[in-house]
Amino acid sequence: MSLLKVEGLTKEFGGVRAVADVSFAVEPGTIHSVIGPNGAGKTTLFNLVTGVYTPTAGTVTLDGRDLTALSTAARAKLGMQRTFQNLQIFFNMTAIENVMVGRYLHLGTGLVASLLGLPKIRRETRLAREKAAELMHRVGLEKWLDADADAMPYGALKRLEIARALAAEPKLLLLDEPAAGLNPKETVEIDELIREIARGGVTVVLVEHDMKLVMNVSDRILVLDYGRKLAEGTAEEVRRNPDVIKAYLGEGAA
Amino acid sequence: MRGFLGRWGGFLVLTAVVLLLPLILPNRFYFDMAVKVWLNAIVCVGLNLLIGYAGQISLGHAGFFALGAYASAILTRRFEIPGLVAMLMGAAGVGLLAFLVARPILKLKGHYLAMATLGLGIIVAIVINREIWLTGGPDGVRVPALFIGDWRVSRIEDWYWVAGGAMLLAVWLALNLIDSGVGRALRALHGSEVAAATAGVDTVRDKAMVFVVSAVFASIAGSLFAHAERFITPQEAGFLRSIEFVTMVVLGGMASTFGAVVGAALLTVLPQAVAEFQDYKHLAFGAILIATMIFLPKGLVPSLAELFRRRRP
Ligand SMILES: Nc1ncnc2c1ncn2[C@@H]1O[C@H](COP(=O)(O)OP(=O)(O)OP(=O)(O)O)[C@@H](O)[C@H]1O
Ligand SMILES: [Mg+2]
Repeated sequence: MSLLKVEGLTKEFGGVRAVADVSFAVEPGTIHSVIGPNGAGKTTLFNLVTGVYTPTAGTVTLDGRDLTALSTAARAKLGMQRTFQNLQIFFNMTAIENVMVGRYLHLGTGLVASLLGLPKIRRETRLAREKAAELMHRVGLEKWLDADADAMPYGALKRLEIARALAAEPKLLLLDEPAAGLNPKETVEIDELIREIARGGVTVVLVEHDMKLVMNVSDRILVLDYGRKLAEGTAEEVRRNPDVIKAYLGEGAA
Repeated sequence: MRGFLGRWGGFLVLTAVVLLLPLILPNRFYFDMAVKVWLNAIVCVGLNLLIGYAGQISLGHAGFFALGAYASAILTRRFEIPGLVAMLMGAAGVGLLAFLVARPILKLKGHYLAMATLGLGIIVAIVINREIWLTGGPDGVRVPALFIGDWRVSRIEDWYWVAGGAMLLAVWLALNLIDSGVGRALRALHGSEVAAATAGVDTVRDKAMVFVVSAVFASIAGSLFAHAERFITPQEAGFLRSIEFVTMVVLGGMASTFGAVVGAALLTVLPQAVAEFQDYKHLAFGAILIATMIFLPKGLVPSLAELFRRRRP
């Protein structure tokens, strides 16, 4: 069974159809990329899948379960995590605290126990810190553990979001342009990191403009254009698709 | 480790201050001032959880303070309920009220939230002023002495220890909360609501929760205040009192529990120490609020802590 299934998903802003009747399925354990020109609706698609936006029409299911009525937080509980194209960092916290927030779903949330600082809560905080430190090592942020988030460079913040998402131990991870703004060396590292995440059993949906990265890591690729699904298939199939070539290189090239 | 030393080291220092301060307080007048400092600090520590940590504003917390005070006054006087029980009943009632209004109010953001909490505080003040049969109206109402077991808390020195102990308890609870998953969720939803929700935080629930906690802190402080002063007037519910609390939090430092205590101390002592200040108190509070926001947006304690950290590599 597909892990994520999107059917007839549509989102209109005023008169603009940012996502128009898009359907696709993501198989567990794969890396599924979503590409398309600027404004094609990729980020809007992520916002619909994660429940940040309410769709105009269509459904999203995870593990066969309809998510339409669920909040973003409820979807997180079912194993969905994402990163943001325009960083959403907790700038009022340190780097490791950002990642510790990612552990939220694995912690007790009792108010009274928290106020009293019961041993259980303290232990959980300690374990969350250890786990967060481990993840920061894994994404190459070991230098930044106790740094204030607002003192970190852009590239490090991109990884910080990935570490925070991984801290929740998701089944499905949606990455919105993880390599944007990174230099070639950093991009290669992100490439390796994404593969490693997928090898670890996390299903990845990847939005990315770096074609080399996309063609390298993707099991399947979905191409959007003006909110519509233009093509879908393996890297090879997509590369040869005349519609895709036309959309990317302009009419003359086809 | 920095966090550990900063937090619990700070708590030890504060405890030492509470223990040693009586040695240098010359007379009743200063003890009374210290009691007011500790009680205001309880309100500010709770309010700072809401404003400084969770990033939500309230311009109505004097309303909760006054409700606690009047609950204690009325329950002990009219119904002869023991003081501590009355205090807890008041806190429970205020907590419930805060919970009921929190969900609709905290869906609002920014200006709207400020207006809604402002309105709430004003309604409380009007009710206390108007329902004379119950509250004594604008003239205020006398409050019986507080008994803790057989101990009649009446001397101002006794009140010093009760208020100081309650303040330390409030600080301890706040420090625990901040260092928990719930506390980190509150700070997270301040930083980015969408990212907090993505991490699984029920942002509406948690905002309501911290609103209730801060309201209960204010209510308890109000109850203690009523018993300590033995008299309470509707002025305590006034809009200007709410502004005082916010100014204390902002001056001391957003998202700093010790900052809240320092802010409460400074702005409680200053008006009493400087006679001229008294007449222009609210003008001065406004000026302090503006000056802090412009020149020291993080507030005193966080700014000093930062300075200290930079000096020491
Ligand atoms: N909140 C919104 N309100 C109005 N219009 C929006 C909103 N969000 C997106 N849009 C519009 O929807 C369309 C798709 O935007 P979206 O951000 O999803 O594109 P994208 O494929 O992620 O682009 P990019 O590659 O630049 O990130 C654009 O025309 C955009 O202006
Ligand atoms: Mg985008």
